[in-house]
Amino acid sequence: MIEFHNVTKKYGDNVAVEDLDFTIEKGEFVFLVGPSGAGKSTCIKLIMKEINADSGTIIIDDTEVSNIPNRLVPKHRRNLGIVFQDFRLLEKKTVFENVAFAMNIVHKSKREIKRQVPQVLSLVGLESKVNSYPNQLSAGEQQRVAIARAIVNNPSVLIADEPTGNLDPDTAWEIMTLLTEINEKGTTIVMVTHAKDIVDRMNRRVIAIEHGHVVRDAEGAYKENESH
Amino acid sequence: MKAISYTIKQAFSQLGRNKHMSSASIFAIMAMMIILGIFFTLMVNVNLVAQNAEDQFDTIQFYLYDNVTDEQANQMIEKISKMEHVTEAEYITKEKAMTIMKDRWGEKSYLLEGLSGNPFPASIEITADDIKYEAGLVEDISTMEGIEEVKFYKEVINKLLAITGYIQTGALILIGILIIVSVIVVSNTIKLTVHAREREIHIMKYVGATNWFIRGPFLVEGMIIGIIASILAAVIVGLTYYKFVDLFSSKVLIMFNSGMVPYTFIVQNLVIIFVALGISIGALGSILSMRRFLKA
Repeated sequence: MIEFHNVTKKYGDNVAVEDLDFTIEKGEFVFLVGPSGAGKSTCIKLIMKEINADSGTIIIDDTEVSNIPNRLVPKHRRNLGIVFQDFRLLEKKTVFENVAFAMNIVHKSKREIKRQVPQVLSLVGLESKVNSYPNQLSAGEQQRVAIARAIVNNPSVLIADEPTGNLDPDTAWEIMTLLTEINEKGTTIVMVTHAKDIVDRMNRRVIAIEHGHVVRDAEGAYKENESH
Repeated sequence: MKAISYTIKQAFSQLGRNKHMSSASIFAIMAMMIILGIFFTLMVNVNLVAQNAEDQFDTIQFYLYDNVTDEQANQMIEKISKMEHVTEAEYITKEKAMTIMKDRWGEKSYLLEGLSGNPFPASIEITADDIKYEAGLVEDISTMEGIEEVKFYKEVINKLLAITGYIQTGALILIGILIIVSVIVVSNTIKLTVHAREREIHIMKYVGATNWFIRGPFLVEGMIIGIIASILAAVIVGLTYYKFVDLFSSKVLIMFNSGMVPYTFIVQNLVIIFVALGISIGALGSILSMRRFLKA
């Protein structure tokens, strides 16, 4: 599903990632952990083809990312849902419009949008908030809208960049439950996080990155202390 | 179709959200188009004057000595007609010269009646196919026997053509500068809208929107600004010119012996030029302002 083979990316003299090597299978739920500046964000940017690797190969869904021509990058991204720490909702649009927006972009018909959006919103538990605006929602609810937007076009991978970073522990755990549900429906999930308690509690595969290298790749806990 | 209606709707809502800047750029472009329009009308009118002058002064008169017979004159005509670049050669007898003069003097022609004999010389009048060959023809024909004097307007016409040329070059340079300024003005307006929507653009890119999908509304926004400005400018210049022709046409006629370009011609051309220019300026401005945002 997602394969990194000896991937190196430098910004001038700064090494962002070096010889990064890992494979994530279809349907997996993987945590990408590590201190700030370790290279996690670079991984996401590489996957989204926001930046290109200096060397090595990245393969997503049997396609080598570096071979994707610029004009096909949007199509590549439609297969990857993404959720951010700060939700990134459009303040002037309702919950419905925020999700419908992602379908507009891929030229879905009005009828499809009317059918699909309520379905996704009920999946994330927000069927009653369809006409609310983001500032009328709690942080947890806003993140649910963002998740709904990320999955409405049925991507095969959902990338979550610190999705619980702005949430209190209870709300964070609700989001994790939602992500687990989405994962159980077959979507591969890659979650970048600092939240040790969540990683420990989820007990999934953890890829730890430090100074641009994979320092640990195992099932189970965050085990931040062991990596030092 | 879905994409087009989405794009146009977005463009109008952006214009509405950005009222002040949008109207500021509409006025800026309109102002530059009005200046451009003034130069355009000036240019076509100067051209018309020059054209008329050329038509009026493009004949050369060779006056003949009185002792040249009709037969000799006709031989000369025959010879001249065969020369290169001569389109017309006419023999004007002394009698005909008198008639022409009488016509010209109109009701005062009775004054000519009192003359003893006919003081007007016979002449040969030729027309060249291009003004630039006239000097050469004059040189060749003047050497013929029987020619007393040559009259042609080379100097006047050359001066006139030179002035027209300067005006045209000047106007074109100014128009070029104005167009560049307009593109910058539009691109700054659009840049503001783009800034206001940077977040949205970022999200759109992550969700997989193509660059053209993102660019579309901004492109249309720029074009709408251009179209509105061009229509306003065309109306203003057109009406002003209409008034101007009304007031001054007869005076211009006397001054330059030529009328003014009809305002319908000016308006039709201005509308076409302005709208095409407005659309291009708007589109170019928005594409330039978005380049940075659409990288990667």
